[in-house]
Amino acid sequence: MDFALTLGIIVIKIAVVFGIVLFHVAYATYFERKIIGRMQARHGPMEVGPHGLLQPFADIIKLFFKEDIVPSHADRWLFYIAPAIVVISSMTALSVLPFFEGFVIADINIGLLFILVITSISVYGIVIAGWSSNSKYSFLGGLRSAAQLISYEIAMGLSLVGVILMAGSMNLSDIVKAQHQYPLGMFAFPQFLGFFVFVVAAFAETNRAPFDLPEAEQELVAGYFTEYSGFRFALFFLGEYIAMLTMSIMVTLCFLGGWTIPLFMTNALPFLSYVPGIVWFLMKVYAFMFLFYWIRATLPRYRYDQLMAIGWKVLIPLSFANVLITAFIMRWL
Amino acid sequence: MLPQLFFGYFAIVMVVLSLLIITRRNPVHSVLWMLVLFFHIAGLYLFLNAEFLAAVQIILYAGAILVLFLFVIMMLNLKEELTVKRFIGEWPIGVALGTSILMFIFLKVSDIAQGPVGEFTIEAIKEETHTKALGRVLFTDYILPFEIAGVILLVAIVGAIVLAKKKI
Repeated sequence: MDFALTLGIIVIKIAVVFGIVLFHVAYATYFERKIIGRMQARHGPMEVGPHGLLQPFADIIKLFFKEDIVPSHADRWLFYIAPAIVVISSMTALSVLPFFEGFVIADINIGLLFILVITSISVYGIVIAGWSSNSKYSFLGGLRSAAQLISYEIAMGLSLVGVILMAGSMNLSDIVKAQHQYPLGMFAFPQFLGFFVFVVAAFAETNRAPFDLPEAEQELVAGYFTEYSGFRFALFFLGEYIAMLTMSIMVTLCFLGGWTIPLFMTNALPFLSYVPGIVWFLMKVYAFMFLFYWIRATLPRYRYDQLMAIGWKVLIPLSFANVLITAFIMRWL
Repeated sequence: MLPQLFFGYFAIVMVVLSLLIITRRNPVHSVLWMLVLFFHIAGLYLFLNAEFLAAVQIILYAGAILVLFLFVIMMLNLKEELTVKRFIGEWPIGVALGTSILMFIFLKVSDIAQGPVGEFTIEAIKEETHTKALGRVLFTDYILPFEIAGVILLVAIVGAIVLAKKKI
């Protein structure tokens, strides 16, 4: 009975998170088009519903009814599996992320490592998609993506070591609690190097501008998913947007204090402590999502050699320096 | 009963996966079956309460090493590769050797005695968390082997760079 109850609670939690995340993904595409439209002095989607608010649903319905095409010499099974790997891996990451005090599907001790595990698996979906399509554009996109993701994973993992050292735990809830105890309230201040490296690596890991070389339109049509159509194509988009959301949540949890705000703020303005934690959490996540769109509208794409040089010659040494400095300070000061 | 079923599933599936890896005609498929195998190995580590090892198993083997394998194999000329036989003529000798080693292990496995129970019982590790316990032992009692392994890996890195870059 006890087991059934626990299972029931977990299933309900999964359903809630799943529904909320799908809703967020639908409107993330809408706001991306709106925000980039405004930044380029145009309106963005306006036709479907007031101010185009129903546009995401129109897009989903359209994608459902499109013809599903498989290239003639494609490796059929792998072609089918690849989008599923991308979506499943990015959704699995949501299971260890706490959204507010006590709300997390699986509260595991290695939550932070688990996120790195998931990001390393999603590479396979992209590489397999590129290879199995039997197309030059897809293949080049897949290769670029594999090299990019492996390179930036190292910097990303190392940039989080500083956070782990300061919090003394890899459990994401414990990391948020440790930040609340910390005088400045956020690890983004003492860990500014790690913060910088993580943010840059997050852009590269999610294939977003200015590091969106795997899907560079001008050279590769659409990169690894050139040959996909209809709903499988939509699954890649779903995976990418969930990955963006996961990265925003990771930044919020590891560097921006999660659902807490710094103690000095609640001391100065006591009424702030009555605001529920989820509000702070969502504000931070949305701000970071906005940063994704903002940078896409602002910066041009890097060249491929520049991308590799930034990853290996700038970010990895910086994150090593961060680990050494943090460890030294934590041990002797 | 449940633990035995769990272990039985992993053991059987891992053997089947290993066979799949060596018999596939297409090297890319072999690599992907190997990925599934690595997941099962990670599952076995979780079964032993070794969550850190399970995570590192996937991050390192699946996330880094196997991706590089895939990377190289994808560059091969697969049309040529698909016509090549998967097994060389001497494969029965290999099977015979492997079977005899397996038989030897089966015969000797009953002689293996359980060692004395040390400081790290399952309860102690659950208390301290596996990651912390592993880190503490690795960086205090076994620091010398750890450093030696690090130096060997460094030599390998330098070697790879020297081989890849003729002019430095």
